[in-house]
Amino acid sequence: MNDSIWDWDTAWDVLPDLLEGLKITVIATVVGMVIAAILGLIIALVRRSGSRFITVPVRFVVDFIRMTPLLVQLVFAALLLVPALPPLAVGCGVLGIHYATYMSEVYRAGIDAVPKGQWEAATALNLPRGRTWVAVVLPQAIRNTLPGLGNYAISMFKETPFLFAIFVVEMFAAAQRYGANSFSYIEPLTMVGLLFLAVSYPTSLLVRRMEKRLA
Amino acid sequence: MPDQDDRHTDTGKQTGTQTGTEDIVTTDKTEGAVPAIEFRDVVKRFGDNVVLDGLNFSVAQGDRVTLIGPSGSGKTTILRLLMTLEESNGGLILIDGVPYTHEYRGEKWVEIPEKRRRVVRNRVGMVFQQFNLFPNMTVLENIIEAPVHVLKKSKAEAITRAEELLEQVGMSEKRDFKTNQLSGGQQQRVAIARALAMDPEILLLDEVTSALDPEIVADVLGVLREIAETTDITMLLVTHEMQFAREVSNRVLMFDHGQIVEEADPETMFTNPTHERTKEFLKAVLAH
Repeated sequence: MNDSIWDWDTAWDVLPDLLEGLKITVIATVVGMVIAAILGLIIALVRRSGSRFITVPVRFVVDFIRMTPLLVQLVFAALLLVPALPPLAVGCGVLGIHYATYMSEVYRAGIDAVPKGQWEAATALNLPRGRTWVAVVLPQAIRNTLPGLGNYAISMFKETPFLFAIFVVEMFAAAQRYGANSFSYIEPLTMVGLLFLAVSYPTSLLVRRMEKRLA
Repeated sequence: MPDQDDRHTDTGKQTGTQTGTEDIVTTDKTEGAVPAIEFRDVVKRFGDNVVLDGLNFSVAQGDRVTLIGPSGSGKTTILRLLMTLEESNGGLILIDGVPYTHEYRGEKWVEIPEKRRRVVRNRVGMVFQQFNLFPNMTVLENIIEAPVHVLKKSKAEAITRAEELLEQVGMSEKRDFKTNQLSGGQQQRVAIARALAMDPEILLLDEVTSALDPEIVADVLGVLREIAETTDITMLLVTHEMQFAREVSNRVLMFDHGQIVEEADPETMFTNPTHERTKEFLKAVLAH
């Protein structure tokens, strides 16, 4: 051990572990976001056009997921719901489902933002309902949702440390583990913070640019 | 909807007791010809606001009819009912003598299912005040979308026809542009081409120049004038361009409070209206 606050050797030593963890973090975010994007759209569509027998239960489940903490959902799923699955798979699934409930709202707003005139033009051209959705409404609605999707991706990325609780060794867990073995926490944890920043800040700039361009 | 049950039930193909209908049908067409459009006792309410209260009128095949009247008099509602963008609250709308949105089955007035509506709707096209082009598509894609996916034309065939139409409306060079790169007048010309690509028998024009800058209005009207001269499409137009109405249409209906208060050929309507309400309206409009 040495007595300076920051030790570069330690920093270099932990970096490979952290980068390995970052990989897991990114995988969890990307897979989670894909699930959230697809499931969110499905929820939005079901809630829009289904009968009450479908919309009411779906709404209950969505509210339930939103009103309970992600951490509790993760642990509950990993220990009780699907204990046989690999923790990373559970993590991706829970993150995806959790964020799907938020994404569904983004889609709903995006669909509502498509002007009524677009639907009317589709009717005037006698386009079938399905074709109207696929060719006219969804392309415009999804365009509207891209900034929201980006913001939730960043938000999800920052919540991946919760995966620590279900023994997924993402970046934060890697830092914890390193700290526990070497008793030096400053370098690993600082670098975790910096690595998160290094990914989310440029992404947020990208999202902001997208927002401006789509506005 | 309580008032539907006491609507007429004698609504077979014969016009029967409907007042006014017969002489309108036979104004300038041969006896017995089936009108392109027919409204029988059509009722439309928005909440407590009764926009159309038992409206009867018909439009013969190939007619060009202009609807004029103060805003809120129900003109646009008529077009929207014909395009099934609104649901009527009573009465029948017939296209080529076929009930379109509702029919009487026994004593009851029932909605016609979407599947059957689609067949009739293919004959009707509409151009909107706000153009309503699809911004996620190019000009060409806007025009071929419905011919390919509704009329089941091959893409090549649809493109050939689209190019003809773009030529006709003077928009050929904008073929591959996104619609938001076009001015209002250009968008409206594309919208006209898009409607024509479906080969409608009936074309509804809903204040198609109202959202345009004055200097562009003439371009769009020129396009429509040419279509009126070169095709036999039945046209129903709502417009504030009285000069255009005069040139293009062969009948003008003056509306007020959802009723036809006067009906005449354009010459008579604009130079020698008989009804007090029409005189007032025309004076106000032409004063601009």
